[in-house]
Amino acid sequence: MNVILVAVIALGLLGLILAAVLYLIAKKFAVEEDPRIAQVAEVLPQANCGGCGYPGCQGFAEACVKASAEGSLDGRACPVGGKAVMDKVSEILGLASTDAEQKVAVVRCQGSCAHRPRTAEYVGVKNCHVANATSGGETGCFFGCLGLGECVAACSFGALHMNPETGLPEVDESKCTACGQCVKACPRKIIELRPMGKKGRRMSVLCVNKEKGAVARKACDIACIGCGKCQKVCEFEAITLENNLAYIDPAKCRLCRKCEDACPQHSIVAMNFPPRKPKAEEPAKPAEPEVKKAPEAAAPVEAPAPEPVPVAPVKEAAPKQEAQS
Amino acid sequence: MKTFRIGGVHPEENKLSAGKKIEVMELPRQAVFPLSQHIGAPAVPCVAKGDVVKVGTKIADAGGFVSAPIHSSVSGKVLKIDTAIDASGYRKPVIVIDVDGDKWEPSIDRSEDIVRETSLEPKEIVARIQECGIVGMGGACFPCHVKLSPRTPVDVVIINAVECEPYLTADHSLMLEKPEQILIGVQLIMKAVNVQKAFIAIENNKPDAIALMKEKTAAFPGIEVCPLKVKYPQGGEKQLIDAVVNRQVPNPPALPADVGAIVQNVGTAYAIYEAVMKNKPLFERVVTVTGKSVANPMNLLTRMGTPMSQLIERAGGMPEDTGKIIGGGPMMGKALLTAEVPVCKGSSGILLMTEKEAGRGEEMPCIRCSKCVSACPMGLEPYLLAKQSERSMWDEAEVNEIMTCIECGSCQFTCPSNRPLLDWIRQGKGTVGGIIRARAAKK
Amino acid sequence: MSPHVHGGDSVKRNMRWVIAAMMPALLWSFYSFGLGAVVVTLTSVVSCVVFEWVINKFILRNPRNTIADLSAVVTGLLLAFNLPSNLPLYIIIVGALFAIGVGKMTFGGLGNNPFNPALVGRVFLLISFPVKMTSWPVPHQMSAYTDAVTAATPLADLGNANLADLFFGNIGGSMGEVSALLLLAGFLILLCSKVISWHIPISIFVSAFCFSVLFYAIRGGMPFADICMLSLKHLCAGGIMLGAIFMATDYVTSPMTHKGMLIYGVLIGFLVICIRLFGNYPEGMSFAILIMNAFVPLINNACKPKRFAKEVKK
Repeated sequence: MNVILVAVIALGLLGLILAAVLYLIAKKFAVEEDPRIAQVAEVLPQANCGGCGYPGCQGFAEACVKASAEGSLDGRACPVGGKAVMDKVSEILGLASTDAEQKVAVVRCQGSCAHRPRTAEYVGVKNCHVANATSGGETGCFFGCLGLGECVAACSFGALHMNPETGLPEVDESKCTACGQCVKACPRKIIELRPMGKKGRRMSVLCVNKEKGAVARKACDIACIGCGKCQKVCEFEAITLENNLAYIDPAKCRLCRKCEDACPQHSIVAMNFPPRKPKAEEPAKPAEPEVKKAPEAAAPVEAPAPEPVPVAPVKEAAPKQEAQS
Repeated sequence: MKTFRIGGVHPEENKLSAGKKIEVMELPRQAVFPLSQHIGAPAVPCVAKGDVVKVGTKIADAGGFVSAPIHSSVSGKVLKIDTAIDASGYRKPVIVIDVDGDKWEPSIDRSEDIVRETSLEPKEIVARIQECGIVGMGGACFPCHVKLSPRTPVDVVIINAVECEPYLTADHSLMLEKPEQILIGVQLIMKAVNVQKAFIAIENNKPDAIALMKEKTAAFPGIEVCPLKVKYPQGGEKQLIDAVVNRQVPNPPALPADVGAIVQNVGTAYAIYEAVMKNKPLFERVVTVTGKSVANPMNLLTRMGTPMSQLIERAGGMPEDTGKIIGGGPMMGKALLTAEVPVCKGSSGILLMTEKEAGRGEEMPCIRCSKCVSACPMGLEPYLLAKQSERSMWDEAEVNEIMTCIECGSCQFTCPSNRPLLDWIRQGKGTVGGIIRARAAKK
Repeated sequence: MSPHVHGGDSVKRNMRWVIAAMMPALLWSFYSFGLGAVVVTLTSVVSCVVFEWVINKFILRNPRNTIADLSAVVTGLLLAFNLPSNLPLYIIIVGALFAIGVGKMTFGGLGNNPFNPALVGRVFLLISFPVKMTSWPVPHQMSAYTDAVTAATPLADLGNANLADLFFGNIGGSMGEVSALLLLAGFLILLCSKVISWHIPISIFVSAFCFSVLFYAIRGGMPFADICMLSLKHLCAGGIMLGAIFMATDYVTSPMTHKGMLIYGVLIGFLVICIRLFGNYPEGMSFAILIMNAFVPLINNACKPKRFAKEVKK
């Protein structure tokens, strides 16, 4: 009995002393934390999915607070909570709500095998950056998708996949959160985040080739050749032409689809419009460019050639956009 | 027998065209001159469409101090200033000239006489070299006049005649045919940088060249032939200095001149001779056309701007089993997108690899055998750098000195798992280099 | 992308040479231990290969199976080398499963395992079946494999063992470790085919010898010549030869630089002598190597290769 008693007392005492030590140390070495981090974390879904690109909701909260010092939450968004959550976060951090239009990744290349003949074979690491640094790629187009799928690997939402037939990445718009990972991942800057547009309807120039017309056409039969026809036909000055490449400013585009008809190369593609027959023109809706980028959507990084976004494209007139590469 | 101290490999030499006489390549119908034939700023065209040029006429000015002018290798009319695929695999600005006859600038001395004496001062020699657009002919194409204007005094000149790349024999054949001209060129380099001592480094797989050069150097005080053990990458500037004079050049920004040495390629020495003594700008060079299934591997004295397809034709045509066309040697050369790429100042060879040779072995997991570590001539850990590059661990890669990699390919050559080590390291070097530059720009 | 040529070396080539280097000792074990050795070897190799194939195919779902690289064969052979030739088959199969399944494939397969798979299997068996694993048949019994006469390891009574017997392999023990001479022949084969460098084995031999001399000297009571003799016997007896030449030099689990290899070898030599002289087990090579395997990443970080122009000034 005595032995038991001694043991209990000794262990109990030991526990008490250690608890006290722990407490004191915790006090002494407590890490000062911005209280707003906890507040922000509170409104987050606490799903810890990592979809925002940060290690869990706590990590995201820290990143938001840090970003608020610079006055903007651009580039940070919670894919699970969506705009509602981000509005709350902005409120906590005293920032204007980042109300922006939903964006989506657009792969600006349509150079599938059919359109863009292969002229060489690349042997080397199957990595877009490495291939891009090595040479112009397997086709005559030195601007287009390389098809090695780095964008697909970069997407945390499974919104991108390579189409084995075209050798191009395709965006699943329902999954894309416009997080911009794919844009960063593409060494050729083929992927652009563009405003989703009403009902997903939008116009894009799906080409980034800056060569002169003849050279571009030789490399790819649906390359933008910089002819400027779209620019002439656009009534809203939404199309600019630079470096032999047209670009459609989504802010100015009214979705009239005239440029699509004007484009001799079919480089301008209208997406998500109902089949052409019914009406040539949809009610114009100004797309707003910009603003918040929700953390979703990844687009492929460097992709091989052609074909950009596959969302049931129907043609309409749209302004072209210029690709940068 | 001397050699460098760290690492190295010994690829099969395959010097198929060794000992073949240098033949003169016929003129092309159209010559194409890329504006970036050297390291540094691209040249700026100084002719316009329709201008008539002669052989040796300057067609582009240097774009800065680290740059070199370009001279026409043909006479004819400037057809256009356009873009074309060059050896980089991308479309780059070029000047295209339609060839019409072979009229030379009258200032060029076309006689065969060997001129031995010059009254030019060191500065004038360097100026002449700069004016003639001479760059390092070993492949890196560093403008020659920059190297000959060292910021610190140097005490030794090393002439790089090791030609450690398999297959290539351009330097070898040049030594056999123009030994005296080369030695006069070396003398000019020595005079330009005020050095009394020069070594001509030749690997001992070229005994005929060693013997001939030894015999000829007797008449040239201060120049000595230095035979070296065959080991790749002995032609690397740092490795060569280590092998010949036992000095190791520290990492950048240090230059070879900081340890008192200047390295010039043997082809460059010949070009310097022609520039200074014959007033002939750099517009032709010896190019090796070779490959296991090439009918007649040969060394061709070729005008710049000639499409490589023409040289291949001369050597017996493109073999049917060609899998890859490589500009340069198999270790560091670059696979070309098309055979229409023009010969440039740095084109030491054209290598046609068969389909069988061109493929890479199947990539296997790294078994950490450390063979790459033993092979690396810079004492790096290629397996680690490649992994870090693959995983975008740029800071770690920088700490492990990825930037000192000379891209010799020894690691990949030696890897039993066929891993694309150099592909990744090159990628990492590019990215880390960008990060370092951005950091420097911020400061 | 350059380089466009390759040296022609391959994982397979290295593995083939390792197998070739093991042949002398393997044949000797067939000769000494008869049929039992053949059965044990076959079981071990076949089960290692089968487990690797099964795990690749059904668990990892690797599109490309990796048994063709022969690494599983090497693991199987090494495991067999470490077993007595009269071990029941089921134990061998369990050992192979553990070696390949836990020692290798859990970490991602070839190249990723921190510990030598064959040793992991062996130590697992040693701890699980201590008696069966440490009763070795006496050589040249030539009888059917389960009823051989068994004997303790010569390590238990090293003082009375004959050095020549130890060296030529005229003793009992695990299948592969009995003949020091033939293992050294394997070492020569590995060196000549440039599969391994000399650093690890030699540093283990030297360090084991030195520490053994040192410890016996401290203990005292023996003339120096006897101490040296005893230390030599240590080298030739038990698993030091086998471990130093074939197990410690495993690419995946050994350091990358020569300096690191020397440190690694010296510490293995130290550990094995410590375990033999002061530990409970008469044999310590497997443990010594496994312990040092754990330190390899540290050694790799600490021992960078000699960088160009870093140590040599002018």
